[in-house]
Order: sequence, then structure tokens, then C-alpha cells
Amino acid sequence: MLVFAARRIALAIGVIAGVLVVTFAVVHLVPGDPAAAWAGPHATAAQIARARRALGLDRPVPAQLASYFAGIATGNWGTSIHTHQPVLSDIASAAPASLELVITALLLAVAAGVPLGLVSARRPGRPADQLIRAGSILGVSMPIFWMALILQLVFAQRLRWLPAAGEYSPALLFTHPLVRRTGLPVIDALLAGNWPMLGSTLVHLILPAVVVAAYPAGLIARMVRAQVLDALGEAHILNARALGFPERQVFGRFALKLAWTPVAAAVALVFGYSLVNTFLVESIFDWPGLGSYAAASITTLDTPAILGVTLFVAIAYVLANLIVDLAQAAIDPRIRLR
Amino acid sequence: MIESPVLAPPDAAVPRGARALRALRANPLLLAGAALVLLIVLAAVLAPLLAPYPGDAGTATHPFAALRPPSAAHPFGTDEVGRDILSRVLYGARVSPLIAVVVLAIACAVGVPLGVAAGFFGGWLDEAIMRVTDVFLAFPPLLLALALAAVLPASLVSVTVAIAASWWPWYARLLRGQAASVAGRPYIEACRALGISRARIVFRHILPNSVTPLLVQVSLDVGGVILTASALSFLGLGAQDPVPDWGLMVAEGQGYFTPDWWLVTFPGLAILLTAFAFNLLGDGLRDMLDPRRSFLP
Repeated sequence: MLVFAARRIALAIGVIAGVLVVTFAVVHLVPGDPAAAWAGPHATAAQIARARRALGLDRPVPAQLASYFAGIATGNWGTSIHTHQPVLSDIASAAPASLELVITALLLAVAAGVPLGLVSARRPGRPADQLIRAGSILGVSMPIFWMALILQLVFAQRLRWLPAAGEYSPALLFTHPLVRRTGLPVIDALLAGNWPMLGSTLVHLILPAVVVAAYPAGLIARMVRAQVLDALGEAHILNARALGFPERQVFGRFALKLAWTPVAAAVALVFGYSLVNTFLVESIFDWPGLGSYAAASITTLDTPAILGVTLFVAIAYVLANLIVDLAQAAIDPRIRLR
Repeated sequence: MIESPVLAPPDAAVPRGARALRALRANPLLLAGAALVLLIVLAAVLAPLLAPYPGDAGTATHPFAALRPPSAAHPFGTDEVGRDILSRVLYGARVSPLIAVVVLAIACAVGVPLGVAAGFFGGWLDEAIMRVTDVFLAFPPLLLALALAAVLPASLVSVTVAIAASWWPWYARLLRGQAASVAGRPYIEACRALGISRARIVFRHILPNSVTPLLVQVSLDVGGVILTASALSFLGLGAQDPVPDWGLMVAEGQGYFTPDWWLVTFPGLAILLTAFAFNLLGDGLRDMLDPRRSFLP
């Protein structure tokens, strides 16, 4: 296990180094002169030359790459052109809100996707199966920015069942102020025993979380269906059936057990997808997370911020995959031998 | 109780056409997907004939007919400068599906040769190509396209390049697996022993053996590329007005969304329908053509 873990971690570090090279290359692919952009529209040639030296752009590319690596490693991710704050501290203050949203969405997706996949696999080819398959394909075909707008219109503007935007009702701050500890409002409200605030944060989570959950729910339902159908062909399932276990136990106890490993891998995969999908959804719901930050950086052409968020999400994605791999290897010794 | 598996008569006894027909009937989702895709292609091709106001897909403006709700004259209503939304949605069928075709053509053109080279030759070449592929696959698909499109000037070409740059590794990985598995089979060894050239082995044996999974993957990816392209357009990184791009239309309609709901609703519905159609088709094709990767009983 230790050897496997060490090898897997080394691989992840190598991939992250590669990711850094790619983001560095993206900066250098930008058409136009970053030094000229930095110096401003009316800069003289001398000022641009000074900016080039200040930004280190006059040095050879390998030296620039080395200092980029050093900067990332020491927490210097550049300064946002838009907020004038260090990119890393911007990301640190925005990440918890996105994490809360994505984790809630993934919980919803698993809660919906696993039972749907099981029902679908129960009688393959029957109407219920066809309906669930079509529904899961609809889920992965959803332009989620559009779904966000439509749900907001129907449930917030027209029916007025749910709040349209934000993390909680700002009015509550006067009567039940929120003490920030973890940065995740739901957890903070829970820790403080601040029940009205907790209710407000949960109600505000519903719409954005449902939207972010659409894609993962569809994917997980398809995955569970496929894996369970695959598992049903195994000899030990036939054995369980021959021993007279009821169908419900054959599915729940035996077939689903085999499906968990690939489903866990799929959850790590959709964790990355969902983080990126928040870029499209958060600004619609005025959710103060990475997605709103990324969308604002894109509209203001804030290259350091865009690349910082890109790097952060890519690293989070690599780490999520690493954690799932290690957890699976710990549970299932066969994986270590691959 | 145990469901007995449906026993199909051996394939050889059934004529090819009847077999295809039966496969289609067993898979209504594939049929629905194919019909929808056909409709979308027809809409794209016949847009000039079908659109009530073809000029509205371009630079035309009608300031005195702005923001009209759906009516007989404008079934999908009009937008903020009075253009007929139905006409723009129909012409939009020419934008993102075309992007998808070009993106997937580029992705295949880059990914297929790299994957075949890695799988067929193996060794250090395989290692080098696959490590680079791993790095690109370490980005969630939309993310790299988004970062690239964000630093490139906003245009349809940028979006196409950006998505293709993040899509090719999937094809490299797929083809590597195919090529490696075919290259290890005894008849390829026999070819080598007979002195058949590597080029001939690749073109006569490796590539034909990879066509089916490639076709399935391409048809599965069309929907994903359309969604990615419209997401980039929605963020303002792609097509610019007056191009009738669905993602852009949703973004532009956002500001008028309440109470003028039709600006956002219809273009978004077009994205959903198109992605859904291609995903149904791809899913069904996989079930039919690539039984190893499908799990139909």
C-alpha cells in the first residue's frame, strides 16, 4: 500500500507540474504584449521596456518558467488586475462558498442518481428503464446556465417559493449575525447554533445546488445502471440468487457493492466538472464563490486571476482523483496491483 | 425471480437489413435521437426557407418591434432590437453544430495519429505522448477551453481552437488503447513476420479496427462540444452579435429575462434539444455498435 501510495502521489506531483507548464504556456500564447498591456494604453516605448523588465519578460523563457514555479510554490500567484488583491487570497476567500455549493450538489446527485440507476437496472429495457435513461441523458445535455435562469424565473420570480439569489437573507445579519469560522455559511450557522440563519442558508442553497447537480446526477445514474448490470452477470450473484436471497438483497447487498468503486471514481470526476460549472451558475445566483470570481475575471480580462482560478481548480481536481484512488486502494487490495 | 435472458437467433441466419431494423426497434432512444438529429440538420440546411425573417439572423434591426411576446407573426417573440427569435434560433442550428464538427475533426486529426503512434510503437514514444495526454486530461474539460478562450480574442475561431485544444487527448487515449490491443494480437505478429510494412499494418489493420469505437466516441462527444461552445458563448468568449449563436442569445436575453422570458427560453431550449438529440444518438450507437462498452442485456 505504501509503495502504491508513494507512486500515485509522485504521479500526481508530476501531473501538477505539467499543469503549471500548460498554464504558463497559455500566458505566453496571449496575442499582444503583456508588458504593453501592463504599462497602459498611452505608455511610451521606454515605459513599456521598463514594464517588460519589471515583469521579468526580458529574461529567457526557461528562467521565466522557473520563477513561475517558484512563485506558485511560495504562494505568489500574481496580483489580480481587477481587485488589486493577491490572486491566492482572492481564491481563498471565494473557495469555501463554491465548496459548499459543489458538495451539496454532489450529495444531491448521489442521492438521486444511485436509486435511479438501481431502478433502471432492475428491469432493463422496460418503460421505467427507458424513462430513466432518457432522463439521465437529458441531465447531461442540460445547458446549466439556462437551467439556472429558468428555475430562478419559475421558482423565485413567479412562484416565490425560493429566494432568487445570495447565500442567506442579508436582513438576518441584524438579528442573527453570522460568525465566520469555516467560511461555509451552513457549517458556521450550524456550529453557532444559529437556527434562523441555518434555515436561510439551506433555503438559499436549493436552487443553485439543484442546477449544479443536474449533470452529476445524470452521469451517476448511468454509471450505477451500467455497473450493476455488469455485476449481475458475475458468478457470485448467480450463487446468491441460487441460494434464494430476495432480489432486493441481491441488488442492495451484492450488486451495488461492486458498483461503488467506479461510482466513487465518477464522483471525483464530476467534482472537477461541477467546480467549473459553478463558473456558469454562481453569477446568476449571486453566489460569492470561485465561479463568480472567475466570471468577473473573464469579463474584465483579468488574466492573472483567470489563470489562478484555472490552476486552483485543476489542482483541486488532481487531488480529488488522488484521494479517491488512495481510498479505493485502501479498501480494495486488487487496485494496488494494477 | 430470475429473468430469463432474451435469446436472439444466431445473427448469420438473419439478413443484415432485418438485423439492423431489429436493433433499432429494440432501442427506441436511438431512433428518437436519430429523428431529432435529422430535424436539426434539416433546420440548419433549410434555415433560409424556414425562417420567417431571414434578415433577422444578420444585422437587421426593427426598433419599433422590440421585445414583442410570442404571437402569430413571431412565434418565439422578438428580441431587444426587434429581431425575430424563431429566425435566429433556426439560423443558430448552423453555428454550434458546425463548431462541434470542426472541433471534433481537429481533435481527431491530432489525437488519432498520436494515439496510434503511442499504442503501436510503445516504448519511450508511448510514455512521452501519454504523459502529455495525462496533463491535458488533468483539467476538467470546460476549464482548459475556458482559460484558452479567455486569453484569445473573443470569436468563433478562438472558441473552436480552444475547445479542440482541450479535446484531442481523449482521442489520443482511446486510439492508444485500440492500437495497443490490436498490435498485440497474433495476426499482427504474423504480418510482421511476413515482412509487411508498418505503414500497411497501421492503415490496413490498426485503423480499420479502431473506426467503430472512434465513431461511437465522436457521436457521444458532439453534444458535449455543443454545450461547451454555448457555455463559452454565454460567458462572452465566443460569437459576437449579430451572429445567431444560441449561447450568446441566452446571455443577451439575460438582462431582459423578467418579464420578457422568451428571449432566454427559446435559444436555451434549442441548445438542450440539440445536445439531447446527439447524446441520444451517441448512446444508442454505442449500444448497437460497441457492445463491449455498453451494458444492454
